[in-house]
Amino acid sequence: MLNYIWLALVILAVVVGGINGKIEAVTKAAIDSAGNAVTIAIGLIGVMTLWLGIMKIAEDSGLMNILARAIAPVMRFLFPEVPRDHPAMGSMMMNIAANMLGLSNAATPLGLKAMEDLEKLNPRPGVATNAMCLFLTINTANVQLIPASMIGLLASAGSRNPTAIIGTTIAVTAMALTAGVAMAKLCEHLPIFSAERAASKGEPS
Amino acid sequence: MIQQWIHTVSVWAIPLFLLGIPLYGAARKVKVYESFVEGAKQGFQVGVRIIPYLVAILVAVGMLRAAGAIESLARWLEPLLALIGAPAEIVPFAIMRPLSGSGSMGLVAELVKTYGADSFIARLAATAYASTETTFYVLAVYFGAVGIKKARHAVLAGLFADAVSLIAAVIVCRMVFA
Repeated sequence: MLNYIWLALVILAVVVGGINGKIEAVTKAAIDSAGNAVTIAIGLIGVMTLWLGIMKIAEDSGLMNILARAIAPVMRFLFPEVPRDHPAMGSMMMNIAANMLGLSNAATPLGLKAMEDLEKLNPRPGVATNAMCLFLTINTANVQLIPASMIGLLASAGSRNPTAIIGTTIAVTAMALTAGVAMAKLCEHLPIFSAERAASKGEPS
Repeated sequence: MIQQWIHTVSVWAIPLFLLGIPLYGAARKVKVYESFVEGAKQGFQVGVRIIPYLVAILVAVGMLRAAGAIESLARWLEPLLALIGAPAEIVPFAIMRPLSGSGSMGLVAELVKTYGADSFIARLAATAYASTETTFYVLAVYFGAVGIKKARHAVLAGLFADAVSLIAAVIVCRMVFA
């Protein structure tokens, strides 16, 4: 699917850019975005290294196992193919907790740690497992209890009640999360999205 | 009051993690410094491994934005989104949200400036922004870190969650703020 989506984005950009007479801006954006992507990736290295170090302490001390077991009932329902005391359970939980608290600096490294742990259970390198797809969906739905960046934005624009959006955000994010999880759970059983099919050549994704 | 509490949580959460985990490790007789550097070793590789995935996605999105395609898409999709009661003002934001975090944040800031920080539009946009993540960015970074090229149903599920969050934001904000 990514092959088609990516191609569609590029075609759309060049065609619409041509129609709108903005083709030079498109060229500049391509070059600038490539540099920007590298800057972002390099910028991640510092926090990534920090949290991988901290998480290793959490693993060696058995803290991850305790965390994994504490949330086992929910996680076993969501991720049946991950063994219950696998480090992936603990790191996924840490990522979700950091997201809930709005700590995006910690959430991304913790999420990448969780992906690495999930990759250890992946029989087909390069192809996402059911657990990876679901974990990614949970992250794209952004489970967040305190929308700090938006509260800050409203407050700095002179809002009298910037925290008014907390309630609506929690309600909406819960609905989006439920919908995303349901969709991921439904799709993982569809033959068109099967991992075997994706791993073989004639795959649609 | 609430803002004070939020501030306290966001200021203290990370230091407490950074203190609490090594402290627990030390209590369980883990050699914390040695453990830390052992785990931290892989940080660099992860950052480097993400680069091709992130370049692919950010270049495509960057070109799309520069071409003015978001505005064109907004004009085409406006009637469709009007069916779910989405105000025309937030349509460009809704299209930008899954593609670019900084881009959609900029659009929210613009809406807040134009309509006022306590307006329905501003609150709707802020709610919609905060209740979902930038799907394509998360996809590139998370799958890139472990070399996943075949995303299977992850894109569909992520975009479906985005669509539901937009519809839900419109309905919930109408109930609460209108």
